Amino acid sequence: MAKAKAKEKPRHGGWTKRNKIGFSYVCIWIFGFLVFQLYPFISSLIYSFTNYDIFHTPEFVGLDNYIRLFTKDQEFWNSMAVTLKYTFITVPGKVVLALIVALILNRNLKGINFIRTVYYIPSLLSGSVAVAILWKVLFMNDGFINSLLNAAGLPSVKWLGQPSMAVVTICMLEIWQFGSSMVLFLSALKQVPQSLYEAARIDGASKPRMFFKITLPMITSIAFFNIIMQLITALQNFTSAFVVTNGGPNKATYVLGMKLYTDAFKYFKMGYACATSWIMFVVILIITLVLFATSKKWVYYDN
Amino acid sequence: MKKKEIRIGITYILLGIFGIIMLFPVIWMFFACFKTNNEIFGSLALLPEGWSLDAFIQGWKTTGTYTYAQYFINTFLLVIPTTLLTLASCSIVAYGFARFDFPGNQFLFMVLIATLMLPNAIIIIPRYSLFNKLGWLDSYMTFFAPAAVGCYPFFVFMMVQFLRGLPRDLDESAYMDGCGPFQCFVKILLPLLKPALFSAGLFQFLWTWNDFFNTNIYINSVSKYPLSLALRMSIDVTSNIQWNQVMAMALVSVIPLIILFFSAQKYFVEGIATTGMKG
Repeated sequence: MAKAKAKEKPRHGGWTKRNKIGFSYVCIWIFGFLVFQLYPFISSLIYSFTNYDIFHTPEFVGLDNYIRLFTKDQEFWNSMAVTLKYTFITVPGKVVLALIVALILNRNLKGINFIRTVYYIPSLLSGSVAVAILWKVLFMNDGFINSLLNAAGLPSVKWLGQPSMAVVTICMLEIWQFGSSMVLFLSALKQVPQSLYEAARIDGASKPRMFFKITLPMITSIAFFNIIMQLITALQNFTSAFVVTNGGPNKATYVLGMKLYTDAFKYFKMGYACATSWIMFVVILIITLVLFATSKKWVYYDN
Repeated sequence: MKKKEIRIGITYILLGIFGIIMLFPVIWMFFACFKTNNEIFGSLALLPEGWSLDAFIQGWKTTGTYTYAQYFINTFLLVIPTTLLTLASCSIVAYGFARFDFPGNQFLFMVLIATLMLPNAIIIIPRYSLFNKLGWLDSYMTFFAPAAVGCYPFFVFMMVQFLRGLPRDLDESAYMDGCGPFQCFVKILLPLLKPALFSAGLFQFLWTWNDFFNTNIYINSVSKYPLSLALRMSIDVTSNIQWNQVMAMALVSVIPLIILFFSAQKYFVEGIATTGMKG
């Protein structure tokens, strides 16, 4: 065994009989990737230049869909604004809350595992219709939240009925489910070498200083990953907007995901919806690239 | 020493209070199931006036053609095969990536990582039209097929990471002993891969169970509705919704997940920690 390991390894082992078998395993995924991911990805781009409606053969319409989206469709700009607002509230809210709670829970107390579990439960139900319905009931005009406000001597708030509040209500639902980000931060915090803290303690560094100089830099790569995955999820949000507020009131929660769904599967304007999805994709791409470009300045990589 | 004890005490109290706030919606939901429709609204009381199981019974029966028994069966028929197919395909693909250095392995693995970021929203319409051509719409094939061919890069990635952590000597010695690559996988690696299989299986189970975006698009017949669609339908009726019944069924629909979570907690946490999956 040791001899085999000591040999200089080339970048690949060529097409040996063994490797051919290995490649055939990977072919399962390659097939899936081509049929269920790459093909839909490319056709979606092609459809976006057509008037595709699933019933008829698509006709090429050039940039019409995009022009209509950008210049004529008021709904689109509204959806874009709502989606961005939703994203820029939930992603930082969720990540910051997850980090704070992870820092608090990152210690050896009795029963800490149980407490961690409790904080994780909302995430377990994330994206489920059950929780979305629960949220709707809690935040109704005469729901529990308003009863609580009234009991505290505050006036009721139209959580679901007032456009500016409806987005906030949905954002709260999402932020509430910070548990999986928290678990991620917890595992990152465990990996920070204790020797760094010991060295800092000997040097007489204060706790806040240790946090900003050691802890924070060491977990930036996890934070970065966390932010990107959350962004991709948030920009595509559909379920909570659909179930809790059904896009309303007055389209205040009509996120891009809902517009896409309605255009494609209610009105069968599939080509048009594909154009919307590509704009969504480009927005995701731009935000991700900006994060990647700036990551050198704030993300610390071990190697 | 005293000072430290007080500080720990305060930490516990704060964690407890915040924990209760976190769980409060779920606790409230539990008690709401026993309330009458009037009690649910405009009241601060957490506990119900009586402990009637009516909401559960009436909610289970529903006012429609199918009872929740059907929706539960449908959910299991959808979720269990999807989960098993995902595990089978993703583990064998991961084995191919982790243990064979065929030309292009690294490039293909990069492609796999890139697809992690591919938004579902962008491929859903062509997929719908593809499934339409194949005649799979309104059937669970829309879930089984992508699962059977490893279209869940998260899990492949996770298992590759796990396999790389296992010493190669193990399967190489089996190989020397005359095991073929497949035998070697099934006999040696698969048993060791158990923790990763558990984590991936749990997450896939959870995600498919909770999924609404895809089921809502692909499944149209009420007779094939999983729980998520049934719940959504129950609040779709225009006239006087019995919210206590809706709450009761919402609670019942998540109980299997909560049981699963508590009995397999370790794997959940490990699953998130090793791959950074969203929950």
